[in-house]
Amino acid sequence: MASSAQRRILPILKPALGRVLSGGGIYLIFVGVFALLTLIGIVAGIHALFIAGTRHAYGTYREIPVAILISTYIFFVVASTGLCLISSLGHVFGFPSLLPIARRSVYLSIITILSGFLVIGLEIEHPFRMAIYNILSPNLSSNIWWMGTLYSFAMVFLIIEFIFLWRGTHGKAVIAGLLGVITEVAANTNLGGVFAMMHGRSFWYGQYLPFYFLLSALVTGCAFIIFFVVSAHKINRLVIDEMTAKALEVVGKLAVFFLIIVMIFTSWKMLTTSVGGVSAVEAMKALVTGPYAFNFWAIEVLAGMIVPLILLFMSRFKNILLMFTAATLMIFGIFFMRLDMVVVGQIVPLYYELGVAEFSRLHKYTPSIHEILVVLGGIGFCGLAFLLGEKIFAGFRKEDSIPAAEQTVTVPEAKEVP
Amino acid sequence: MKDNIPSGRKTGEEKREYPEDRERRNFLKMGLTVTGMLAGGTIISLISTIGKTFAFDAYREKYPYKPHYSMVIRQDRCIDCKRCLEACVSTNHVPDYGWRTIILKRELSASIDQKWDFIPILCNQCNNPPCVRTCPTRATYKDKKNGIIMMDYKKCIGCKSCIMACPYNARYYNEKRSAIDKCDFCFESRLSKGLKNVACAEACPADARVFGDLSDPGDRVFKLIHQLQKPVWVLREEVGAKPNIFYMKG
Repeated sequence: MASSAQRRILPILKPALGRVLSGGGIYLIFVGVFALLTLIGIVAGIHALFIAGTRHAYGTYREIPVAILISTYIFFVVASTGLCLISSLGHVFGFPSLLPIARRSVYLSIITILSGFLVIGLEIEHPFRMAIYNILSPNLSSNIWWMGTLYSFAMVFLIIEFIFLWRGTHGKAVIAGLLGVITEVAANTNLGGVFAMMHGRSFWYGQYLPFYFLLSALVTGCAFIIFFVVSAHKINRLVIDEMTAKALEVVGKLAVFFLIIVMIFTSWKMLTTSVGGVSAVEAMKALVTGPYAFNFWAIEVLAGMIVPLILLFMSRFKNILLMFTAATLMIFGIFFMRLDMVVVGQIVPLYYELGVAEFSRLHKYTPSIHEILVVLGGIGFCGLAFLLGEKIFAGFRKEDSIPAAEQTVTVPEAKEVP
Repeated sequence: MKDNIPSGRKTGEEKREYPEDRERRNFLKMGLTVTGMLAGGTIISLISTIGKTFAFDAYREKYPYKPHYSMVIRQDRCIDCKRCLEACVSTNHVPDYGWRTIILKRELSASIDQKWDFIPILCNQCNNPPCVRTCPTRATYKDKKNGIIMMDYKKCIGCKSCIMACPYNARYYNEKRSAIDKCDFCFESRLSKGLKNVACAEACPADARVFGDLSDPGDRVFKLIHQLQKPVWVLREEVGAKPNIFYMKG
């Protein structure tokens, strides 16, 4: 059995390894750096969970029980949903111009879920108990249970979809892709529901967050696709072919469309909250004029929304460098958007309105070194998996992956940079 | 013809509701609400407390658990001596980095006599508990018999979502137990061993904490909550968690 498996896997692994090793000096340096970040992140997380104790190692505490690790998890899994949805537009829902980015997007969707799972696995006190009791003692009224379970299923569907896409069995890939989309959307909105159904936290509570999570997933998906597709062509030393450029143009336009809706949403969230209860108003004040104002205005709004919007318009969706810069800024802004959403929802003490001395000031949160290392570990893993994937799957270029009969556009081989 | 008779009492139909009765009741409700608001800001009157705290009107007379454990905190009696906290810590082995109950202090700057208000807080053993709904593994649950929110420590994965969900800041992560810990009305340490009172209430020299069975009309808790003279309120009523810790003065 082992020898037959070896016979099947070795012919695939050997050339893949060869491609990785011949990736060039800079490529290998990046692989090394990301591998090191992943390792350090895992070691830091294990140290925090099993040796030092999270109370000492993480910056969270009773009043701020979840913070940057959960927001990083959200950042990754929401990106996964976005990648899955945008990629599905091409090969599941039949928008031909998006076909050239399908395989890479599905792969990215898988590795972003895995990156999220890595980070949350180092955040939860007992990840092994979770594996056991999520199955043995499920709480069907829990959004967290649904979110975790659905994302696990989504990952399985995405892997199946990717295999089918790779093998060129497009029909089966569509079914798996559709299942992936359904579970991703359900998981994503349940993740929004985790916060939206906390009726003791007025900043989060309400129907706004599940829809916002889905909408911001689409923005994140677009940004990730532009960022990684351009990076991939750099890594593989290829010029972006016409069809991929067309796909990026469509993704860029979608990014603008969804970004504008997110901006409208954010504005109305601010306006409606400003006339809400005392706690919600205090949280919003902290975000807009208080300790989180820089994060909000400079990073979320300016760097994450306004500048990318201007750059995307300036690029006319053809200037790859401007689009890449816009996508990078969007990703940066979205990371802080998640962090602010999670932390600001908790900084107003639960007994704030009671007027008691103990809870008369807003709570503070500063990420610890351990937390930062775990976050970098998640980013490192995502980067490492991306770099390795590019070589293992040969830049996701495979002529037979989409049967010619089912193609409405052809995916030409990209040309190598001389 | 009967419909034209202005007062139901004339016909002996005592159960029938008449507009003037309703007006009188509304007036009484309003009076109690105003009294409550003057006394503490977040106060609601007895009638509205019972009506809003529990899901159905039937709960005014019938509570869903037997015994339906509850606590009345007579806020003005608390002198912040902290004996209740010491009793809780020693009885339930609460570590120094956590708490199951604490006493909050509110400055009454406008008051001409008492300058501080002391407000003991603990798990509200809610009838609509957000922590139970959010726990992915049912590690925290509401006991079907007595209504106490319990912990099944071995199932706790430490995701801390229950801490996030709790509107009363009643939970913390206990390293020794490797799980979330919270007040269980001393069920594990006392009630399950046949004792009738919780440690904090027993230690209180001012009788500020009264623990008992809300389903028993003869119980002190029942009597304190069902009296009409003094307003009774709950904390953070707007959350809708339907707490079982009631507050009053006097």
